[in-house]
Amino acid sequence: MDLADRAEHKAFRAEVREFIAAHRHLAPEETADSYRLLPRPYSEKVRKWQSLLVDKGYASRTVPKSYGGFGAEPDILKTKIITDEFFRAGLPPALYNQGVSMLVPTLLEHGSEEQKKKWIEPTIRAEVFWCQGYSEPGAGSDLASLQTRAHEDGDDFVINGSKIWTSSAHIADMIFCLVRTETKAGKYDGISYLIFSMDTPGIEVRPLQTMTGHPSFNEVFFTDVRVPKSQVVGGRGKGWKIANSTLAHERGMLANTNHAAGRLQKITGMLKSETLNGRPLFENAVMMDRFIRLQARVQALRLHEMRLVTEAATGKPRNIADMVCKLLGCELNHQIDAFAIDILGEIGVLYDGVPSVHHDSIWQQFFMYDLGLIIGGGTAQIQKNIIAERGLDMPREPKSAKG
Amino acid sequence: MFFGLSEEQLLIQESFRGHLTRSIDLDRIRKTAKSESGTDTPLRQELNDLGLPGLLISEDFGGSGLQLIDAAIVAIELGRSMAPVPFAATFIMAPLALTLAGSPAQQAEWLPRLASGETTIGVALANYASGTRRSDSVINQNNRLNGKIPFALDAATADAFLIADTDGQLHLLRTGAPGVTVEVLPSIDGTRPLCTLHLENADAEPLAKNSPEAIEAIIRAGRIILAAESFGAAEEMLDRAVAYAKERNQFGRAIGSFQAIKHLCAEMAAELQPCQSLVWYAAYAFDHLPEDAALSALLAKSHMDEVGRFVSRSAIEVHGGMGYTDLMGLHFWFKRIGFNRAQLGGPENLRAAAARLQGFVAPAA
Ligand SMILES: Cc1cc2nc3c(=O)[nH]c(=O)nc-3n(C[C@H](O)[C@H](O)[C@H](O)COP(=O)(O)OP(=O)(O)OC[C@H]3O[C@@H](n4cnc5c(N)ncnc54)[C@H](O)[C@@H]3O)c2cc1C
Repeated sequence: MDLADRAEHKAFRAEVREFIAAHRHLAPEETADSYRLLPRPYSEKVRKWQSLLVDKGYASRTVPKSYGGFGAEPDILKTKIITDEFFRAGLPPALYNQGVSMLVPTLLEHGSEEQKKKWIEPTIRAEVFWCQGYSEPGAGSDLASLQTRAHEDGDDFVINGSKIWTSSAHIADMIFCLVRTETKAGKYDGISYLIFSMDTPGIEVRPLQTMTGHPSFNEVFFTDVRVPKSQVVGGRGKGWKIANSTLAHERGMLANTNHAAGRLQKITGMLKSETLNGRPLFENAVMMDRFIRLQARVQALRLHEMRLVTEAATGKPRNIADMVCKLLGCELNHQIDAFAIDILGEIGVLYDGVPSVHHDSIWQQFFMYDLGLIIGGGTAQIQKNIIAERGLDMPREPKSAKG
Repeated sequence: MFFGLSEEQLLIQESFRGHLTRSIDLDRIRKTAKSESGTDTPLRQELNDLGLPGLLISEDFGGSGLQLIDAAIVAIELGRSMAPVPFAATFIMAPLALTLAGSPAQQAEWLPRLASGETTIGVALANYASGTRRSDSVINQNNRLNGKIPFALDAATADAFLIADTDGQLHLLRTGAPGVTVEVLPSIDGTRPLCTLHLENADAEPLAKNSPEAIEAIIRAGRIILAAESFGAAEEMLDRAVAYAKERNQFGRAIGSFQAIKHLCAEMAAELQPCQSLVWYAAYAFDHLPEDAALSALLAKSHMDEVGRFVSRSAIEVHGGMGYTDLMGLHFWFKRIGFNRAQLGGPENLRAAAARLQGFVAPAA
């Protein structure tokens, strides 16, 4: 146990701080939260900022130079220093959406040279926006039962079917998509991972209102959508394996503990500033008990993350300690939002910040959005299956034979 | 940054885990829990040889001069194996008290004997750690101590006691000294009797360099060690629940294939995983991060107490009727976790302290 930075990391932390001090005026005002609540195309400012971060090695740090990244040796401690320093400075972290955090690692691992050359750089520099076409009306938790199919026609696949819950499809330039291409293969071997433009003829996107009142996800319909076979990633029929490696990235991305810590900080302020009968809310012992409970959970998860960083840095294989993060992180965020709403009482049900009744955050939106994250990316129940089966080696769920 | 155990710490962990699993079986625990002392004396002797008593005591006094995180690693193993031997009070809190507040003469008298395991010292600081109940307290008048001090830990077989009087002065009192009577109160955990000390004109024996900070640090260390012990005990309960769920069949299949059981086990595992880091960190902060030491100890024990309760009842539930039997013995771990929860401040108490520590206090009415 040694929580001090070693010399190299100390210097690196100083460098990150210097960068932030010198450039923070260039950072976009949008928080990561607001982006996720209401997906919208990258603004010029976001694009420039992200590109600057890539140049300096504060985003997509380990992506090789030949694919437009910074080309650093993997050093998860440095990655953590960057995240923590940006958080401390109140800056949004580098982009971590589905393109940057799921597609890029997948391409690096499984993509052809041409695919890597073509797509990685514009993705990490916020020039291309991706959506993830996995779920279907009949295939959610049981993703491998998906029915969107493609038949071969010369050098192309021709896709028919539909996807649902596709976040940001209405603004995305590109999609990475799971499609059944191998008619004779079984449920798991028949799927391919395809990437194609959302402008391809035959794609129709219908936004779905979500409970937050914003359209953040969509239905996507494919009618004879023609995609060259060269746009399969990782080989025909390999899509299931590849999708699972992407899902692992997504789970990590959904459980960022800086979120929780940041929101708890806001709540600390509210407990002081919000009053009831003229007394600050922190004088209410029950409220404080709830607060400290949450604080302990946030602390536990942050420390757990530090342990995982160390395990990763020392080459320990992923284990049950990693598997619990999505479940715990998403649940905790949701509990924090719930507490904030309760602190605010009647104010807590007003929509989107009513100027006459000052409060600085949109907790109901978070409360609903974070419920969505408990479901998305593998539901809490599916996480528990994973923890029990792979972490504790308990008997597997029966798999359906069909498909 | 390195958030994990060093090679040496892994060795400590391994040697204690190995020894404890080889030595302790259910019969031994059961027999000890029925005895008045609640201590397995031969086991204590074996653990003396492994250096258990002297972990925190300086090498000058025959100890190994280690830090609280090393002791926490050992406490986790003691909890896992449900070791029926005293630890937190006598080998953590008492030596710390002497180190922080004892005069050189007091240190020279007690520390070597503690380090060898020849002597044990009970600790009665409940009135400082969790508040006084029924206004029991000890008053110092002209160096004569009078009153009653309850809930002494590791005290049933102790040769001496650490107490604090109403002025916040620490004293070390010898068992059997004139005016000192020890009343043993059996607790739910038969290996952890609590004692009440009755003092009648007993001679005050103040520790020389007494301070409120010393009392706080002693209690803080005790809390961290109890949290560590409960963590180990809870992990063991989960391991047993998972093993049982794979073996036991109902409706023609292993009960571990029922999602209700799988998910309960997954929840236990998910709750427990971060607790390990919470405990390690609090113990590390105790020695290395003075600005974070107080809060992290309060958060660690209060959270571990809650997770411990959840895991201990759920693990019993997974075992069905068998979990409820004495035969299975799971109840020993259940009781150790329940016992620790109430000592040195239960979770509500600790959360209130954490709120005060952070400046969230109502001004006195
Ligand atoms: C905000 C949000 C954004 C999303 N974005 C995307 C996206 O961009 N791209 C994309 O492809 N998908 C996306 N999804 C879809 C998401 O991955 C699915 O909603 C999720 O996997 C669950 O599938 P489902 O909705 O069909 O629910 P179902 O699978 O029908 O589940 C319904 C309930 O049954 C439970 N259940 C199902 N199977 C089991 C089982 N084996 N054991 C125990 N319980 C079970 C579930 O836990 C859940 O409680 C998004 C979802 C949300 C909420």
